[in-house]
Amino acid sequence: MAGKKDYLRPIDFRHGRIDMNHGAGGRLGAQLVDELFARAFDNDWLRQGNDAALLELPAGHRLAMSTDGHVIAPLFFPGGDIGALSVHGTINDVAMLGARPLYLAASFILEEGLPLADLKRIVESMAAAARDAGVPVVTGDTKVVEQGKGDGVFISTTGIGVVPPGRRIGGALARPGDAVLLSGTIGEHGVAVLSKRESLEFETAIVSDTAALHGLVAAMLDAVPEGAVRTLRDPTRGGLATTLNEIARQSGVGMELDEAAVPVLPQVEAACELLGLDPLYIANEGKLVAVVAPDAAEPLLAVMRAHPLGRQAARIGVVADDAHRFVQMRTRFGGRRIVDWLSGEALPRIC
Amino acid sequence: MKYVDEYRDGELARRIAARIAAEARPDRRYHFMEFCGGHTHAIARYGIGELLPPQLRMIHGPGCPVCVLPIGRIDQAIGLALQQRAIVCTYGDTMRVPASESLSLTRAKAAGGDIRMVYSAADALKVAREHPDREVVFFAIGFETTTPPTAVVIRQAQAEGLRNFSVLACHVLTPSAITHILESAEVRQYGTVPIDGFIGPAHVSIIIGSGPYEHFAEEYRKPVVIAGFEPLDVMQAVLMLVRQVNEGRAEVENEFARAVTREGNLAAQRLVAEVFELRERFEWRGLGEVPYSALKIRPAYAEFDAERRFGLVYQGVPDHKQCECGAILRGVKRPTDCKLFGTVCTPENPMGSCMVSSEGACAAHYSYGRFKDAAVVAG
Repeated sequence: MAGKKDYLRPIDFRHGRIDMNHGAGGRLGAQLVDELFARAFDNDWLRQGNDAALLELPAGHRLAMSTDGHVIAPLFFPGGDIGALSVHGTINDVAMLGARPLYLAASFILEEGLPLADLKRIVESMAAAARDAGVPVVTGDTKVVEQGKGDGVFISTTGIGVVPPGRRIGGALARPGDAVLLSGTIGEHGVAVLSKRESLEFETAIVSDTAALHGLVAAMLDAVPEGAVRTLRDPTRGGLATTLNEIARQSGVGMELDEAAVPVLPQVEAACELLGLDPLYIANEGKLVAVVAPDAAEPLLAVMRAHPLGRQAARIGVVADDAHRFVQMRTRFGGRRIVDWLSGEALPRIC
Repeated sequence: MKYVDEYRDGELARRIAARIAAEARPDRRYHFMEFCGGHTHAIARYGIGELLPPQLRMIHGPGCPVCVLPIGRIDQAIGLALQQRAIVCTYGDTMRVPASESLSLTRAKAAGGDIRMVYSAADALKVAREHPDREVVFFAIGFETTTPPTAVVIRQAQAEGLRNFSVLACHVLTPSAITHILESAEVRQYGTVPIDGFIGPAHVSIIIGSGPYEHFAEEYRKPVVIAGFEPLDVMQAVLMLVRQVNEGRAEVENEFARAVTREGNLAAQRLVAEVFELRERFEWRGLGEVPYSALKIRPAYAEFDAERRFGLVYQGVPDHKQCECGAILRGVKRPTDCKLFGTVCTPENPMGSCMVSSEGACAAHYSYGRFKDAAVVAG
């Protein structure tokens, strides 16, 4: 029978919104996958259209795997958006084990009413971030929840990477005398996001530092013998202070920081001053902390500073023998104090 | 950072520290109370205690606005959110202050209350404009610094004819609290709290001026040095207090002359006087009922007074039996004297109000100064 041409009216990405039908498992959902997700993330695995991706792995390596849910508000912020962030965050978690990230999986929880234009922007930004990092999104899923039961979009990503034989990097390996290195200035991501919160909006030129760090990590690990880098960690939620406390607890050591050595952009410092926040507790999305053997510190700093994501790398302290596992800091003022865990949400002080 | 780094210069701090050490007499002890939480925070955060000689001790005062909020007031705010279904707006740290039945505003929010953190009183007014069909209550706390903005929004709400906005006013007064401490038995009779002088408030004094402290210097023979909240301000104020004590003077001196005058901000004072009047008594956590120590909304603005609007009757609730916040706020005890400190009561799970705000004596000590206790224990 001579019917119409095989034509399907394309999704109206300019005016459309997510509705419950997009998640009902019917043709509309399939169309969204075809016209948005598959097109943006396009790669061999997705093209096969199977329920799972079949992955090749280099022989002799161990797998590193990490998963991360992203629930950020607002979805778009200076320097990035939830899409790019969900790629960088998971790649970084995998890389902090000294692994080479190879594959990503992504799961989207979409809220009814989400403008399709926003979703498209997010997915395309995510695809660009994955492409730039050389880590494809090989499998994914989409669900829709009723209005009021989500916050626009939640994205959960899982990453898989490989660790070569003989490599041992972890939070429990810091030893007294080791140097503590930081790859750059702290606090930009948290302040950039805060600056766009509805209740808080303030004018600032600060942009998020969101970035994939596996290139920097690879350069560092190439430069020194295996074992010289003991611990790598990206100071995200809870900031540098929380990350250092985690390492101190896991390794059973203390730390002594030098406040003057911790790089902070003047505009971040000013914003924190105004809001009553401490940059040490503000989230970063493109920085890493490395605990390294004392004699590897200088060569590593040189390599880090030669990399675009480590230009302002600094040695910020030393690992100490301390049964209490305190992270202490020599203040710029000349006093000494504890740098404690973040407690609760970072609430601003009032006067 | 311009206008900030100048007041955090470590080199200068060491020089002032050397002067304090040189001038503080070795044969006597010096006890100074910093009234304000802002000073408590600066002392802990910059490690100022380490820069002071051993015979000089700082006593943390009650000037932390969330610390002195009694349970009964938090309960009122929670009741407005959970029973009256009002939108309750308040400042950040207030959210975590423990209340009755293991609640706090944060927990009441999790239980379904519409409770919002705001940065300014004006934001609360904005919420009221955006939700004309809901009752919106601003839970207003703080000393003289935060009172003028509350007065502004109440006047503005009246001018705009807003029908759904009211204020639960818990603004308290610094001079009455200082008088209360100086009149306490611990200071006057037993001498368990030796106070040789006060570091006077920074921001509060910008509003009320330095005049109100003259009474303390004259009547009680206690030197007062008004100081800014930067660490160098604190160091300089300590040096000035040491000199007053050594010379037998009891005067009001102003280290914070870059912002504080004798008269203070007269426009702000007029505004506050127009909207607020004295409460006969107000319960403070730690200090108990203190006469004429807080403000209430004048009858001319009665419709914006949440207490009148919702017919609230204040009911005091005693603190946890072992909580020493009261004694700590009066300077009688130190945080480490409390059995709950650092074990049952931590910043993650505060039992007492002093553990809530980073300006509270317990939280400041827990977060910044704990290593000193460990050193003592270790040897």
